[in-house]
Amino acid sequence: MQESASLWVGLGRAIKQAVLAATGAPWVAELVHTLAGVVGILSIILLSALVLVYLERKVCAWMQMRLGPNRLGPYGIFQTIADIIKLMTKEDIQPAQVSPVMWGLAPVLLFMAAMTTYAVIPFDAGVIFADLNIGIFFFVAVGSQATLPMLMAGWASNNKYAMVGGMRTVAQMISYEIPLVFSLLGVVMITGSMKMSDIVKAQEGLWFIVTQPIAFVVYLIASVAETNRTPFDLVEAESELVAGPFTEYSGMRWAYFFLAEYAFMVGASCIAATLFLGGWNGPFLPGWIWFFIKVAAMIFLFMWFRWTFPRIRVDQLMSFGWKVLLPLSIVNVVVTGIGLWLFFPLV
Amino acid sequence: MEVTTENPVAQSRLSGLLGPENVIVTTVEQLFAWAQGHSFWPLTSGLACCALEMMACGAGRFDLARFGYEVFRPSPRHADLLIVAGTLTWKMAPPLVRLYEQMPESKWVIAMGSCASGGGPFVDSYSVVQGVDKILPVDVYIPGCPPRPEALMHGMLTLKEKVMAAKRRGGKK
Repeated sequence: MQESASLWVGLGRAIKQAVLAATGAPWVAELVHTLAGVVGILSIILLSALVLVYLERKVCAWMQMRLGPNRLGPYGIFQTIADIIKLMTKEDIQPAQVSPVMWGLAPVLLFMAAMTTYAVIPFDAGVIFADLNIGIFFFVAVGSQATLPMLMAGWASNNKYAMVGGMRTVAQMISYEIPLVFSLLGVVMITGSMKMSDIVKAQEGLWFIVTQPIAFVVYLIASVAETNRTPFDLVEAESELVAGPFTEYSGMRWAYFFLAEYAFMVGASCIAATLFLGGWNGPFLPGWIWFFIKVAAMIFLFMWFRWTFPRIRVDQLMSFGWKVLLPLSIVNVVVTGIGLWLFFPLV
Repeated sequence: MEVTTENPVAQSRLSGLLGPENVIVTTVEQLFAWAQGHSFWPLTSGLACCALEMMACGAGRFDLARFGYEVFRPSPRHADLLIVAGTLTWKMAPPLVRLYEQMPESKWVIAMGSCASGGGPFVDSYSVVQGVDKILPVDVYIPGCPPRPEALMHGMLTLKEKVMAAKRRGGKK
């Protein structure tokens, strides 16, 4: 338990009290407090996407002994801004044969699924939008909704590459969802709770990456596949499928998909930091800075994977998921259960 | 920007609002031109040996990424720039035109190398398009057989100058 309340908790309380003093209506204060949380989460997603696209290009350049963007502003930091403004000016093409409603809805739904997962991410002690007692289950349930918009995009585009990409998404994400959930189960068994704040509090002494190393590795691999990043980016495999389900989307519609991809990557990194790296726990610095450092380290790991490994084949992907990751995660659950039975017998 | 209306009073007010001395409109146009000029995403398409120079341009020695132009997109719907890198035959011409037509607007074409610019060594051939400007609106020609990667970079930077200058003058492309 941290005694001193976080900076952000204080800020939220200050906003609430200021609105209460100004309007005198408690429900308005509650509403503004909630909306402040929503705006905070949205700005985290947008800012992180803005920074991560730039960092991705810089990390890629660094790993390939290049310089990366460095002409636009100091160290090229305005490159992403130019890209976004350019995407806004692009023509919005809707091909003649698409199914308009489903085609238009798919990017929005994907981004909604990505954004909803942030409700249960504990950024600091008390700084969590909804500390549900089924927190991690909520993350898994909402996160897996990403499959459907991808299939919608692929199907509604009326394009053979998009369709194959959409079907691949479903196969891949459903296959890797199962080891992902089983890897999280070990942590839940030790903690005895699915509530995010309980999970973080249980790691005050020892991070779960020490007691659950196999689960961490399985989670890492499965979440790379879940977020459709290299080496598992078969969904938009350029050499085979043009751009997968995103083939027919131009301008800002495509940018929405891109935004959702980065939002999912940051979300997966946040969950890894919360469940395995001790969340906001850490000495000296405030909790949210520790959380930020851990998430940044996880994101760097994801980028490192992306620019190191080549893309694998579909059959390799499937057999790796079902024959290696799934048995490994089940064995981890069994071993964790035996360990708990031996050392912490039920009262 | 041209705005017309039936009402002469409204016309005079509109021309005052949207005329050349208007700050907001011109600034936004220049902002868009700035963004477009600094973020060309080329289509991943190569026809012949010039494509190898194009690939070398993205690699470590030359590093097109410095200018932010390294985002080669596989789908024409995401691309801004069609680099015609190599010899275009009449058999390949219809797919190339189709790719160009599939790109969303504010799009540009670079004719890279002698073949794309004017037939090159195949200038007498029955099967080679004698310059892609016969079938596509070319913005920048890059001479060379093949051009060095620096020449391609210079071509793209020239296109950037062109995009930004056109918007500065208030004219269309």
